[in-house]
Amino acid sequence: MLSYGLKRLGLSVAVVVIVIAALFVMIYAVPGDPARVALGPRASDALVAELRARLGLDLPIWSQILRFYGSILQGDLGRDVISGAPVLKVILAQLPDTLRLVGGAMLVAVVPGIVLGVISATHRGSAIDRLTSVLSVSVMAVPSFVIAIYLLLIFSINLGWFPAIGAGQGFWDVAHRLVLPSLALGLAWIGYTARILRASMLEVTGQSHVRTARAFGISDRRIMYDYVLRIAILPTITVLGLGIGQMLSGAVFAEIVFGRPGIGKLVYDAILARNYPVVTGTVLFTTVFFVAVNLAADLLIAWLDPRVRHDLAH
Amino acid sequence: MTQTDDILSVDGLSVSYATPTGTLRAVRDVSFTIGRGEIVGLVGESGCGKSTLMQSILRLLPGAARIEGGAIRLSGEDLAHAPKKRMRQLLGDRISVVFQDPMETLNPVLTVGRQMIDIQHRSRESRAAKRARAVAMLKRVKIPDAETKIDSYPHEFSGGMRQRVAIAMALMAEPDLLVADEPTTALDATLEIATIDLLRELQEEIGCAILFITHHLGVVAELCDRIDIMYAGALVESGPTMEVFRDPRHPYTQLLFACDPAQIAEQRRHLPSIPGSLPDLIDLPQGCIFAGRCPRAEDRCRTEAPAPRAAGGSEQVRCHFADAPRLEVPA
Repeated sequence: MLSYGLKRLGLSVAVVVIVIAALFVMIYAVPGDPARVALGPRASDALVAELRARLGLDLPIWSQILRFYGSILQGDLGRDVISGAPVLKVILAQLPDTLRLVGGAMLVAVVPGIVLGVISATHRGSAIDRLTSVLSVSVMAVPSFVIAIYLLLIFSINLGWFPAIGAGQGFWDVAHRLVLPSLALGLAWIGYTARILRASMLEVTGQSHVRTARAFGISDRRIMYDYVLRIAILPTITVLGLGIGQMLSGAVFAEIVFGRPGIGKLVYDAILARNYPVVTGTVLFTTVFFVAVNLAADLLIAWLDPRVRHDLAH
Repeated sequence: MTQTDDILSVDGLSVSYATPTGTLRAVRDVSFTIGRGEIVGLVGESGCGKSTLMQSILRLLPGAARIEGGAIRLSGEDLAHAPKKRMRQLLGDRISVVFQDPMETLNPVLTVGRQMIDIQHRSRESRAAKRARAVAMLKRVKIPDAETKIDSYPHEFSGGMRQRVAIAMALMAEPDLLVADEPTTALDATLEIATIDLLRELQEEIGCAILFITHHLGVVAELCDRIDIMYAGALVESGPTMEVFRDPRHPYTQLLFACDPAQIAEQRRHLPSIPGSLPDLIDLPQGCIFAGRCPRAEDRCRTEAPAPRAAGGSEQVRCHFADAPRLEVPA
């Protein structure tokens, strides 16, 4: 288990390294000189050259990438071109709001998703099963920013139950303002989670060990929760781990629509302003976060499934 | 043997499946009994209805299957119409089962110990006591180092050991009836013999009756007191193992014995087989179910279904010509 953890950690680091390199290549390929954009059209050539040197833009791309790796190891992500503040500090200031949003969206996806998935699987063909199936397809088909706008129109503007914009102050205010954006991001995942869990539970229910458990008179409830769900939840965990990535990109829209501070808003503004140190820093953070969540998901699966541990040991 | 001595009596049982093309009559009018402590072999080729019969006894039939008629009595109590709750009390307590593939029949993500504790759900004893009983039972099926092995997962056991674990689970409650569904089919020959020996040994200690479902005639000859032979959903012949093996009366039984590789003495290029295939169980033929493949079939066989009757040493033979001389099987 430990060696598996270390191996997966190594792989995760490799992913981060590759993503950063790819990002640099992409920035390099985008037309327009970041230094020129940052300084405005009337800046002198000397000034632009100085900023280019300060940002390391005059170096060859591989050297820029290596330099960036070096500074990451020293905990330095560069400086915000516009405000001059360290990028790390800028990102850390915005991170909690985005983490809350993604956490809220996960909660919206997981709790009803698992409950509906289990009910659909145990009451196959019932009204609730069919309703879940129809609704999940309909909700999945609608992009989350459209859902966001409708939620705003209905619950903030028409009904006035929730504030339309801002992240709020203090626990209850923050939680209150988190409801709509979390719903907007997580709603599509309820159906997705429910459908995957349902399919996976039905598959496991058909396996012969479930018949054995029944043949020993173990109650249906016990069989469902201890014998079936434990196995059926595994694919759901993998999918939700990957879903975090989708939610992070969805967070950009949600933060803009709901006027919330956060990583999404930060990267959006930074791209418009060609504020590349902030862009790379943000992408680095979201990549690390995404990779870490998936690593956690894989470790959770290995912990829940002895067969995975066994295969790893051999 | 009197009625009260029977642990299990199946009487006129019919089971069918609803399929898109019609009602598939998988088991038709099957009757047999198993006495206390008796070992009965149920033999037949794949698709003959022996699994459906077993699932009916355990009431673990799939959703599309329905018991159409007849009775299944466990010490006189009808199981065919018993409520689900009552079945749950009986299963794993008075009736136990060992399934075919030991790799698939144990839960892969729970330890063997956890599963052996879970199946003692009727007992109010402490977890430690249940665990101790499980360890003792694993020792009885000769699992080495049972105290440590109990915390292993099924995939950490070898195939033969897994099947012994399954036997330990089934016999832990000392049931009256053990249903063994091809428990040795997935094992190689040496393990098969060891498993049969173990079953017989435990059966003698516990005194349970066994319904042994198999298509391996050698195992039946070795282990069983009685044999029941099924063909296409019907019981075609049954009687004491020795008698039936010595002088089978139904043409199907005779051909089945002739085709058993273990019975063939000299080397041959091709193994003998019974020509033809199973009849359509949705659109059943009139008359005898075996008539289409029977070398002895006459016009009467194609129009009139034979009633079971005693012939030779067999107690039940479904054949119009049950007393006819044994078929000569061409090599």
